[in-house]
Amino acid sequence: MIISVASGKGGTGKTTVATNLAYTLGTGVQVLDCDVEEPNAHLFLKPNIEQNESVYTIVPEIHKYRCSFCRKCAEICRFRAIAVMNEVILTFPELCHSCGGCFAVCPENAVAEKGRELGMIEKGRAGDLDFVHGRLRVGEAMSPPLIKRVRSYTREELITIIDAPPGTSCPVIAAMKGADYVLMVTEPTPFGLNDLKLAVEAVKLLNIPCGLVINRSDMGDRRVTDYAEQENIAVLMEIPFERRIAEAYSKGRLIVEVLPGWKEKFLELYRCIEKQINSGNLR
Amino acid sequence: MKIAVTSKRTDLDSEVDPRFGRAAYIIVVDTETLEFEVLDNTENVNAFKGAGIQAAAMISDKGVEVLLTGFCGPNAFKTLTAGKIKVVNDISGTVREAVAVFNLGNMSYAESANVEGHW
Repeated sequence: MIISVASGKGGTGKTTVATNLAYTLGTGVQVLDCDVEEPNAHLFLKPNIEQNESVYTIVPEIHKYRCSFCRKCAEICRFRAIAVMNEVILTFPELCHSCGGCFAVCPENAVAEKGRELGMIEKGRAGDLDFVHGRLRVGEAMSPPLIKRVRSYTREELITIIDAPPGTSCPVIAAMKGADYVLMVTEPTPFGLNDLKLAVEAVKLLNIPCGLVINRSDMGDRRVTDYAEQENIAVLMEIPFERRIAEAYSKGRLIVEVLPGWKEKFLELYRCIEKQINSGNLR
Repeated sequence: MKIAVTSKRTDLDSEVDPRFGRAAYIIVVDTETLEFEVLDNTENVNAFKGAGIQAAAMISDKGVEVLLTGFCGPNAFKTLTAGKIKVVNDISGTVREAVAVFNLGNMSYAESANVEGHW
């Protein structure tokens, strides 16, 4: 079972919810931190990293001695990563999205595969938890291929909890697509509501059932709750703006470590998710 | 000699468009006869990325030797250099005025891009 924890707005508590849920469930669980630009689940779970690997994407390199300057490669490239002028051919690997079109259309077999480093994947264990995260190379613009690589470590026999990046575009789609459930984390503020609405639209496109956790639930206003009601999205958990929770967070500790009473609440959260998935209730 | 001038409209009295890759039009002018051809750059204006690269390839195909424009980014500059097109930046006024000043010979060619690339 794959549960993707997403939000729209950054800083709402995705990592807090994902890590506490994973730790509470304990065994048979893996955490995939897919927020590869700023992975931080490891700060709370403190995994022992046992393996790492560099991840590359494929970009074209032209064998000029073979090139007939027919321009087929430049014409198929949607991202303008190849330019041909007379007998000059240039590639811009940083613009390349690795679609492979240029390799396929070249009649001269002049386009070779070259690697561009996207980042790193680190794997390890945090207690009984399986842990994998990606770290995007600073300056790299394309995170989805790295996110997909992190997700390739999904083990079907486990409960997979994905810590998704914020936003509503390609990276978060890459972290939600194919999940059995999307758990949205928001805060009851105009900012939280605005971005939540956008994220819910993205989840609707993917046709994945979703539920809501409201973090810092005792501040702000009621509009997130009203919106959830109106959209028929279940509010599965509320985390109050409480000093002891904030203190745990500030020290890189889990809520359930510092306040063991919260374990039952996270277990209940999981049971709600499971029930919603099993009922086949979309949203 | 054929030169290219970025332009906001389609005749020699149009204002120079300071952008290169996303200029509305690029006018290719024969510096002796002032005969010109208007290149519609709409496709590059709307491009997600790489507008400067494609605009550079487009004017190279027209046999242009010099580009007069306002700003030129690193990828455009790299492509123009590969196409052996010299660049004069910081051009303003009308296309006709730009060509006239160029014909006087007192313009200096850029040695690098004069704006940052886009992310």
